Amino acid sequence: METINEHFFSDMGVMLGRSMRHIFRSMDTIITVTLTPIAMMLLFVYVFGGAIRTGTDNYVNYLLPGILLIAIASGISYTAYRLFIDMQRGIFERFHSMPIARSTVLWGHVLTSLVSNAISVVIIILVALIMGFRSSAGILSWLAVAGILALFTLALTWIAAIAGLSAKSVDGAGAFAYPIIFLPFISSAFVPTRSMPPVVRAFAENQPVTSIVETIRALLSGQQAGNGIWVALAWCVGIMLVAYIFAMRAYRHRSA
Amino acid sequence: MPNNSIQVKGLQKSFKKLHVLKGVDFEVDKGNIFALLGSNSAGKTTIVKILTTLLKQDGGTALVNGFDVASKPGNVRQSISLTGQFAAVDEILTGRENLIMIAKLRHIADPHQVANDLLQRFGLTEAADRRVSTYSGGMRRKLDIAMSLIGKPQLIFLDEPTTGLDPEARIEVWKVVKQLANGGTTVFLTTQHLEEAEQLADRIAILHEGRIIASGTLAELKKLFPPAEVKYVEKQPTLEEIFLSIIGKKGEN
Repeated sequence: METINEHFFSDMGVMLGRSMRHIFRSMDTIITVTLTPIAMMLLFVYVFGGAIRTGTDNYVNYLLPGILLIAIASGISYTAYRLFIDMQRGIFERFHSMPIARSTVLWGHVLTSLVSNAISVVIIILVALIMGFRSSAGILSWLAVAGILALFTLALTWIAAIAGLSAKSVDGAGAFAYPIIFLPFISSAFVPTRSMPPVVRAFAENQPVTSIVETIRALLSGQQAGNGIWVALAWCVGIMLVAYIFAMRAYRHRSA
Repeated sequence: MPNNSIQVKGLQKSFKKLHVLKGVDFEVDKGNIFALLGSNSAGKTTIVKILTTLLKQDGGTALVNGFDVASKPGNVRQSISLTGQFAAVDEILTGRENLIMIAKLRHIADPHQVANDLLQRFGLTEAADRRVSTYSGGMRRKLDIAMSLIGKPQLIFLDEPTTGLDPEARIEVWKVVKQLANGGTTVFLTTQHLEEAEQLADRIAILHEGRIIASGTLAELKKLFPPAEVKYVEKQPTLEEIFLSIIGKKGEN
């Protein structure tokens, strides 16, 4: 299919450069993405936190992983939005009628999503540090946390790509993110699952967010992540593969 | 190399039950301006999309610069440029950045120089470092066409290039198109404005209900109709002529 591959990486670089300009010229999107999770973190720590029994003495430490996932989930709605706008404006057609590897157009958006979400994650961790977040994790554990968050971002980015490529309106392109943003609430992200009624608890303990949150929490507190890390990784990779297949199908459908 | 830029035979395309193209045939000679005329939803854009490898036909063949669009899309893309119906510019980037981006994607040796030259040629130098979102419709279209010229493609597709433009901007776009053809570039133009085809095109084809129902030079097409009658009529200026003369841009064409 792809006959012009010798320029793949330089084309990719151009696409990434374009996307980075988009990110830095619309910092308001990053602020919007980080503001809600930060507000939520403040609310939970200083308002509800006193009444929540997590079995730890530092609730910010307990809460942070879930907040990061919420931030990523709301960040990727902008990925869908950016993709949708590109398709609408005809710039996709221009790229596709040019002698460049077509996949670079989509991969540019994926890399943008990774970079912009990484920026929001760093901002939120900095705010958490001010609020008393402390970690005894070593370099390796931090790298593992970064890796899991990157995988989670990639998985959600491909879901966003499906939405961005197949949506009929701007609102539709972003709407898919809401259920994902809501998932951490029905998990162990804010409160331990043991206080939940059986059905809710069964859902909470077996959905991806709980295993991801608990793995990150364990890594950040310097404990062994145990088998949970494999469950978390399996979820991320599994979602990513399925979403990738459907996103590529939508992409081919739109650019056949 | 063949003497024609485009050769289309028996082109068919359906969208679900809608049979848009029912066997379209035409040829475009090198260095010509070819206008495809048709009303809205006649299938003009569908033809452009097939010829620019964005869409696959259901039947028939199409050769662009000698390459089959279905089996050699990569070669086709090397030799063409598309200016689509909606200005395909990046609004968040500046005009200059847009041009440099395309020049880099076409692997031109000196993208900055190419951008400078085109900005100058299209009178966009002053606006070069402003974001495109601040541009007027005419400026956007000029930038759009400028982006299509990068890499000197042999054939340029302009899908309704003047739709939504004010008369001044339209005349500017016409000038650009004429310059292109004078420079030897083949131009494939779609339009629903008869006057546009009359002003620009060497050859005209009329697409109606999925087929080309007439094609030829303007003179040939005129012969299809009853001979001209000689009448003496007082010639009133058109509103367009009035408008243009009042704002001081009188009839440069």
